[in-house]
Amino acid sequence: MIQGGAGRQPAAHAHEPGDWIMLTRRLALMLAVLAWSSTAAVAEEVAQAPSATTAPSAQATATTTADHSKFKELAGPFATGPEVTKACLQCHTEAAHQIQQTTHWTWAFRHPTTGQELGKRNVVNNFCVATATNWPRCTSCHVGYGWKDDTGFDFAAQQNVDCVVCHDTTGTYKKFPTGAGHPTYEPKEFPPGSGKVWQPPDLAKIAQTVGPTSRQTCGACHFYGGGGDAVKHGDLDSTMAMPSRALDVHMAPDGLNFQCSTCHTTGSHQVTGSRYVTKAVDRVGIDVPGHTDDTRATCESCHGMVPHEDAKVNDHTDVVACPTCHVPEFARGGKKTKMWWDWSTAGKLNDAGKPFTVGDGAGNHTYDSAKGDFVWEANVVPEYRWFDGEIRYTLLGDTIDPTGVVPINTLGGGPGDPDSRIWPFKIMRGRQPYDAGTNILAVPHLFGKDENAFWGAGRYDWNKAIAVGMQARDVTYSGSYGFVETEYAWPITHMVAPKDEALACESCHSENGRLATLGGFYMPGAGHHGWLGTVGWSFAGLTLLGILVHALLRVLGARRQR
Amino acid sequence: MDRTTHSDSPRDEVMFTRFERLWHWTQAVIILALGLTGFEVFGSCRVVGYETAVGLHQVLAWTLLGLWVLALFWHLVTGEWRQYVPTLASMGAVLRYYTAGIFDPRIAHPYRPTRAAKHNPLQRLAYGGFLVVIMPALWISGLLYMAYNQWDAWGLGFLSLGTVALVHAAAAFALVLFFVGHVYMAFTGRPATAYLKAMITGRAAHHDDPAPPHPAA
Repeated sequence: MIQGGAGRQPAAHAHEPGDWIMLTRRLALMLAVLAWSSTAAVAEEVAQAPSATTAPSAQATATTTADHSKFKELAGPFATGPEVTKACLQCHTEAAHQIQQTTHWTWAFRHPTTGQELGKRNVVNNFCVATATNWPRCTSCHVGYGWKDDTGFDFAAQQNVDCVVCHDTTGTYKKFPTGAGHPTYEPKEFPPGSGKVWQPPDLAKIAQTVGPTSRQTCGACHFYGGGGDAVKHGDLDSTMAMPSRALDVHMAPDGLNFQCSTCHTTGSHQVTGSRYVTKAVDRVGIDVPGHTDDTRATCESCHGMVPHEDAKVNDHTDVVACPTCHVPEFARGGKKTKMWWDWSTAGKLNDAGKPFTVGDGAGNHTYDSAKGDFVWEANVVPEYRWFDGEIRYTLLGDTIDPTGVVPINTLGGGPGDPDSRIWPFKIMRGRQPYDAGTNILAVPHLFGKDENAFWGAGRYDWNKAIAVGMQARDVTYSGSYGFVETEYAWPITHMVAPKDEALACESCHSENGRLATLGGFYMPGAGHHGWLGTVGWSFAGLTLLGILVHALLRVLGARRQR
Repeated sequence: MDRTTHSDSPRDEVMFTRFERLWHWTQAVIILALGLTGFEVFGSCRVVGYETAVGLHQVLAWTLLGLWVLALFWHLVTGEWRQYVPTLASMGAVLRYYTAGIFDPRIAHPYRPTRAAKHNPLQRLAYGGFLVVIMPALWISGLLYMAYNQWDAWGLGFLSLGTVALVHAAAAFALVLFFVGHVYMAFTGRPATAYLKAMITGRAAHHDDPAPPHPAA
């Protein structure tokens, strides 16, 4: 070991004549000490660099103990993604099995307290509504290969796990939008007729340079939820890959350079911090390994329970969640997020009888014959709701009231509940199809070329699309549909602004402040107890009036006597 | 109808000591500022901005509390607290004076202040009410308000911020009424500024102790 270590150092003197054995020994010892101390120094530097444990590709290869380009298993060539996975699994024997236990793989999640069956496989949303019958399009964000229909996918096959979608460091690996999770293996145009040709990725090179997950790899799916950049979350879009400090104080590459997994800590490929079981209140505080819950997916995990210098600001943490003040607006990176999606207007054709789109001039469609009307917004002020972390979904088959706005999800908690906090939300609103005969949400078959597909040969025929969509989920369709307005609450946690851009007191403590619509509690400065003000000032006015009369009588009395 | 007699004619001497005047005027300024900032926090007005108002209100509150500790000590060691013990003696005459006699310049104030009893019964009631009802209500509710997040730890979890704020604001409105009345009463001397002058210079007409029982009628 020592000889090996010293061998890399310049050792010219060892070849000079003399008592070379003694000299070599001494030199070896000296060089070993030198080598050890310089390595230690490097290690120290690495430990001090805030981004060392979280850095993407470049630094990652400097800290890893394995150079994947030296493994003969990864020499390639690889014809398909599953071939790469098989190579990975030769060393990482348990990795695929671990992935197969996660929501990333199953797209199914049983909520521990509500018992609801959630996950992408089950929920209904107000974007593209549902996954069933639309698999090859939706599963371009599945952490696997080949989930292209309702029944045919083998969830137990280990080679179906896609390792590199998360571990690519080249930025060249992209799942093809309609490829059921596969990248394209030959040059292919998408969207059809766009002239934009997707090139097959160099799988061998990607496999040889794998590394930790990064903002880019997580973002490859999570920034594009809802079918495009910035559509779904509002606080996650492609600008978060390389955010400025103003956009995200933790993730800015010229600052702390956090990756997603810095907070969404993982163990055995289970990623913590799922929205399905939002931790609205963290009473554990700073996450000490071995003593706590081993996740940093809450602000308190690092910032503790008394994060502010000002005690009065700390006083708020029993009712206000951190992001309420620290994410003053979402969609701040320059990309608009979708706020409204009206499916009911889909299917219009232009004068030539062709489907068309209308743009907003900034790259977003405000109308698309295939999808209906959209409203996009940037720098959006969140809406605020009480929230205890429990979200109930309106699932397929649940009876809805089509005369009102149907909640896609319902938040637990309320004022006065010690387990609830005021949280910021993106409220996604829209109109979507429902079964007018049975008053349940409808799930349409959108994607595909077949005669029933809304976007295919079905040619915007809702009846066909809903009938097939519902059938795939074993739910009876009455045959008549309508459109119902829905809203879907998305907790806002990302795009944390630098502290000097956090909300000021007046943002809420004022009349018509940000929490004006949130009743059920007393908030100073917001004009609550207004009746007391009316009564109090009236009494003061009457007193003043009495005084004026009294003073007038005094003046008159003095005059009379004169 | 001159009811004063010549046998105990008043002399112009120090009625309000330097400390009393210092206490009074400092307190007046602080309370005015507390009122302005407090009603901004309550939401009645916008003057310096909510955050600044909260900060100022707290600093002012602690300053006034400090002043009160001094004043309490002073009143205890000098025995001057007795000035605020309420009485009904000659209350009728004083009330009649302020509701009728005051409008006739020939009618003198029925109460003849002495050093040991310089406040008439109406003053005793008003100042006593200020000192033992309004201000303690403000102190208690205000300190609780500030300690909002310690309530659970102190076993006060049954309190609600809305109620505490309500008590605090209601007491503040009572203080507003006191303030308005008090300021007006300061100008009811003869001449009108006599009482104000007395509170500034300390010197006022007073009678010899002990105060002879006044024929109230």
